[in-house]
Amino acid sequence: MAEKILEVKNLKQHFGSIKAVDGISFDVYEGETLGLVGESGCGKSTTGRSIIRLYDITDGEITFQGKNIHGKKSKKELKQFNKEMQMIFQDPYASLNPRMTAGEIIAEGFDIHGMYKNKKERKEKIGTLLESVGLNREHANRYAHEFSGGQRQRIGIARALSLDPSFIIADEPISALDVSIQAQVVNLLRQLQKERGLTYLFIAHDLSMVKYISDRIAVMRRGKIVELGTAEDIYNYPVHPYTKSLLSAIPLPDPISEATRTRIPYEHEEVGDDAKSHEVFPGHFVFGTDAQVKEWYTH
Amino acid sequence: MTQQIPKEKFNIVGGNHAATDQLAAKSVSFWKEVWLRFGHNKLAIVGIIILIIVAIMAIFVPIFSPYTYSQQLGVYNGPPSAKNWFGTDDLGRDVFTRVWYGARISLFIGITAAVIDLIIGVLWGSVSGLVGGRVDDIMMRIADVLTAVPYLLVVIILLVVLKPGLVPIIIALSITGWVNMARIVRGEVLSIKNQEYVLAARTLGASTAHIISKHLIPNALGAILVTMTLTIPSAIFTEAFLSFLGLGVPQPMASWGTMASDGNNAIDTAPWRLIFPAVLISITIFAFNAVGDGLRDALDPKLRK
Repeated sequence: MAEKILEVKNLKQHFGSIKAVDGISFDVYEGETLGLVGESGCGKSTTGRSIIRLYDITDGEITFQGKNIHGKKSKKELKQFNKEMQMIFQDPYASLNPRMTAGEIIAEGFDIHGMYKNKKERKEKIGTLLESVGLNREHANRYAHEFSGGQRQRIGIARALSLDPSFIIADEPISALDVSIQAQVVNLLRQLQKERGLTYLFIAHDLSMVKYISDRIAVMRRGKIVELGTAEDIYNYPVHPYTKSLLSAIPLPDPISEATRTRIPYEHEEVGDDAKSHEVFPGHFVFGTDAQVKEWYTH
Repeated sequence: MTQQIPKEKFNIVGGNHAATDQLAAKSVSFWKEVWLRFGHNKLAIVGIIILIIVAIMAIFVPIFSPYTYSQQLGVYNGPPSAKNWFGTDDLGRDVFTRVWYGARISLFIGITAAVIDLIIGVLWGSVSGLVGGRVDDIMMRIADVLTAVPYLLVVIILLVVLKPGLVPIIIALSITGWVNMARIVRGEVLSIKNQEYVLAARTLGASTAHIISKHLIPNALGAILVTMTLTIPSAIFTEAFLSFLGLGVPQPMASWGTMASDGNNAIDTAPWRLIFPAVLISITIFAFNAVGDGLRDALDPKLRK
């Protein structure tokens, strides 16, 4: 297996009494896509934002490329970190400054880091990035409001690529887009991953899209990862009842099987402190008490 | 029971994916668009024209007038005539010259007070909004205390202590006036700082100074501009009002307020002494308000009903 690029150990992110993320652990391997799914408010986005230091974490340890990345850091360390890890945001309308042109938005990263020698090189870099996400060089002088949602998201992707990172957190990058545009953007992300050897943490609530893009999937609920495994395992052999319930909710583009599809309701069971992560197959983890996992597994 | 549709029924007409990605409209920057929308607002354009005329007159009339603002011509309370277009006052001074000289003082007071409000208000509001937490609490409570004390009381006490004059009036206007600006800027900053584009800038490694100059100020500029254009007329009005109470600039200097106050005593014998400054106060305030409203509508067309 490839090397670990990111290790999250017992990450906790509490806002006052709200436990948005409550002790989660997972690893991300170099070159893979880890899908992070769950319902609204389960802590997916918070997890992403905590990893990229937008929030100061409450507790836990995050190791990126072998270094602990939280706590006080020197400016130099932070700049290095910014170059390696980037984020694509959910709302293509809110994530681009309306007072800046596409070129200025994309160049913001290398303006901050001083990554060019002269104006010509800067312009060339902007042009290359625009083309790499499927836009035209001429678009550099346009303002964000002149683009469609899909085009805006491409600009957001170009901005994330501008510092040539190795790890990208995609925070529901497609949920605000039309279905036809979603496929375009996801394919662009896959193509970029192949070309640049990127590693993704792909946050979403659309399971079918996550299955398409992810190598492994983590299912989150109420600030905890309830199940983690390869995309194949999660889809074909789900163990946790919450995962089963989520999977049963995916509509199929086939009227005959859709007529017979029944949703499996999920009833939440409070788990005490003795609940922990169990490895049911190699690389397939389920969160619960010993008895629960045994019961789910035998079902 | 799927029905087969024969292939011949379809005709490929071709398509151009590159063309669909082209942007049809001409590129328009945000401020250009604002200007276009502003241009469609007739009232605002009238306001701008009035302000330009008032400004030109205020600049040039005292320079080219045959009289100075304090020159006594020997004709007391003379009615408007070919020599003295707006008549003369009780000391025989030319009202036309004094009205435009007064325009200088009134506009100067209004604009200076607005600029001071702008500087203090933007700094106070943006620091308060950006830092947040306890600092925000303390800064906003100080602002609350200032607004809780009756404004007029503060101004009058200040003017009594400082002796009437140009500088004390400006200080008096600014000491409470910035609170409004600070509140508005704080609100803007609070909403902008959590926008995803600011988060994106932070993940790119942007410093606080970069975020303020590239993201916060450009996006808050609209609200700041509108507040400022609406602060100027209220400052002019307050000055006129204070002058009317006898707390204005000292003689022989003239502001619209002092002239109206003096003219008020002769309302039945020499009404021109009151009418001309009063009309100018009204139309200038009207013009500033029209421009401010026009700007607000142009900046945020959604606000319009």
